Amino acid sequence: MNWVAWKMLTGDQAKYLGTVFGVAFGVLLISQQTAIFVGLMRRTASQVIDIREAPVFVMDPNVQNADEIKPLTDGDLQRIRGVPGVSWAVRIFKGLARAKVENGSFRQAILMGLDDHTLVGAPAVMVHGDLADLRWPDAVIVDTAGYQYLWPGEPVRLGRILEMNDHRAVLVGVCKATAPFQTFPVMFTRYSQAMRFVAGERNQMSFVAVGPQASVTDTEVCGRISRQTNLLALTRQQFMWRIIGYYVRSTGIPVNFGITIALGFIVGTAIAGQTFYLFTLENLKQFGALKAMGVSNLRLIGMVLLQATIVGLIGYGLGIGMAAGFFEATKNVTALSGFYLPWQVALGAAGAVGVIIVLASFLSLRKVLVLEPAVVFRG
Amino acid sequence: MSDASINSIGVECRRVVKEFGDGETRLRVLHDIDLQVLAGEMTLLVGPSGCGKTTLISIIAGLLDPTAGEVSLFGVEQSRLSRRALVAYRAKNIGFVFQQYNLLPALTAAENVSIPLLIGNMPRKQAVERARQVLAEVGLANRADSYPSQLSGGQQQRVAIARALVHEPRLLVCDEPTAALDAHSGQTVMELLCRVAVQPDRSVIVVTHDSRVFSYGDRIVSMADGRIERVETKGERQSKPGQVVHVA
Repeated sequence: MNWVAWKMLTGDQAKYLGTVFGVAFGVLLISQQTAIFVGLMRRTASQVIDIREAPVFVMDPNVQNADEIKPLTDGDLQRIRGVPGVSWAVRIFKGLARAKVENGSFRQAILMGLDDHTLVGAPAVMVHGDLADLRWPDAVIVDTAGYQYLWPGEPVRLGRILEMNDHRAVLVGVCKATAPFQTFPVMFTRYSQAMRFVAGERNQMSFVAVGPQASVTDTEVCGRISRQTNLLALTRQQFMWRIIGYYVRSTGIPVNFGITIALGFIVGTAIAGQTFYLFTLENLKQFGALKAMGVSNLRLIGMVLLQATIVGLIGYGLGIGMAAGFFEATKNVTALSGFYLPWQVALGAAGAVGVIIVLASFLSLRKVLVLEPAVVFRG
Repeated sequence: MSDASINSIGVECRRVVKEFGDGETRLRVLHDIDLQVLAGEMTLLVGPSGCGKTTLISIIAGLLDPTAGEVSLFGVEQSRLSRRALVAYRAKNIGFVFQQYNLLPALTAAENVSIPLLIGNMPRKQAVERARQVLAEVGLANRADSYPSQLSGGQQQRVAIARALVHEPRLLVCDEPTAALDAHSGQTVMELLCRVAVQPDRSVIVVTHDSRVFSYGDRIVSMADGRIERVETKGERQSKPGQVVHVA
């Protein structure tokens, strides 16, 4: 009888495709918007994500996100280094600087100042140039998207001279970096160089990146640092989630995306549910005839669930395929770089489809189950 | 066609009552129906609209429960069967021909005919093969792969008859099988029923308004206002040529 259910489902191709595309559209909206939201939130913590070498970050206890920073002092750094279990601790500067190019155009840039000796937090992938050249005077490295922002349409040429807050800077490399929340170039330089670019305040140290000794866990060392220095010490993951949490709480982004995702779910459920329900209504006589001929309710449930599952699977496949296709097609678009379809989102969309088809089949099943088989004798 | 004296009882209704609704809206549509339908015969159930014919065949076929009374099919009392067993009994022993054919539009004629066999868990290939043989018996061998929309009303009803007979049921219930057909197609369908449906170990009940087909019945049961008014055999009708059974 499963075969009969399949034939019944696909017999009316317009309705069948309508139901499938209802689910597909819902999945596309849910997964694409969720992935964009996840991508945006990930961007808020992009600089923390990129400092891969540091399992622990130390900052002022009042820091809520990576963009609102109260600088630490050199004394803080020494106290952190003195905490048992700390293997190493280095300065990190994160701030903004104005990058002005030869033709006078400029962009606000995210400036990362890396420890002069260790270069902890340096880009992991250099596209052009050599990371070691960062040790040259006035040297800066910019991310690929940043290069396009500063010199749109121009081929990469190292050795270019630019101004960072009116100070001379030399481009020595182009690297890959996780796209930031704002569409700013991300520029890397040595800590001492960054201090020259942003000279003004007495203290400029944004964070201290810490590496625990092998015998101590990241969480343990965070606890020790916090107790001994009264500073906030977080693991990389904790810091990332703190930043994301700040944006989730303090901006309208999650609400806006949440509404779109909910709309995707509602529209998907409504289209799929309604079409599937109408499909069942139109086939009610046939279901009645099958019931009269001796098809049990259990078997009918199986048939309707099979039809719903087929619609769900095909609709999900199409929807998730379209979402994946969107991210694949836009992966080289600078403004959209870094957005992708996380497997968790695909899994969540599958769960949403499950709910959609359960709701759609529940509506239809109710109609089929209460159907009196004697209905087939009524004209 | 057959001698009632040697035929066994296929269907027996004893004091069957059916009421719909509750309290003041309660409506009795069948009043103490006593009826015997013999195997090897075609019994016509006739009467005006609303007289209870459809309700009675629904109860006989196990699609509706009687409010009171008992129905037995070939010695099996329906009330003794659980709901599940009744569904299984129906699947195995009863065939249905509906007024509007009720063929699944997405299935070919052969696939439609194979449904009762699939319900009985016969493998699909085997079921469709058997369905083709039965379609040949009803003269539709060359339309086995046609969809219902490609068939005339008469052909669709013949497919429905093939579907009703493919699993060799002991009771065939036909609800107004000629109502949607022109006179010629109606005659063809009734001739077909007489030829392939009526078997010594099978009872055939046909509900009909169509007086043109009365001549095909071995027995005519006339109903009015939820009661059986008269039961006549073919022989009795032929000995009283002036008598007319009035239907709406």
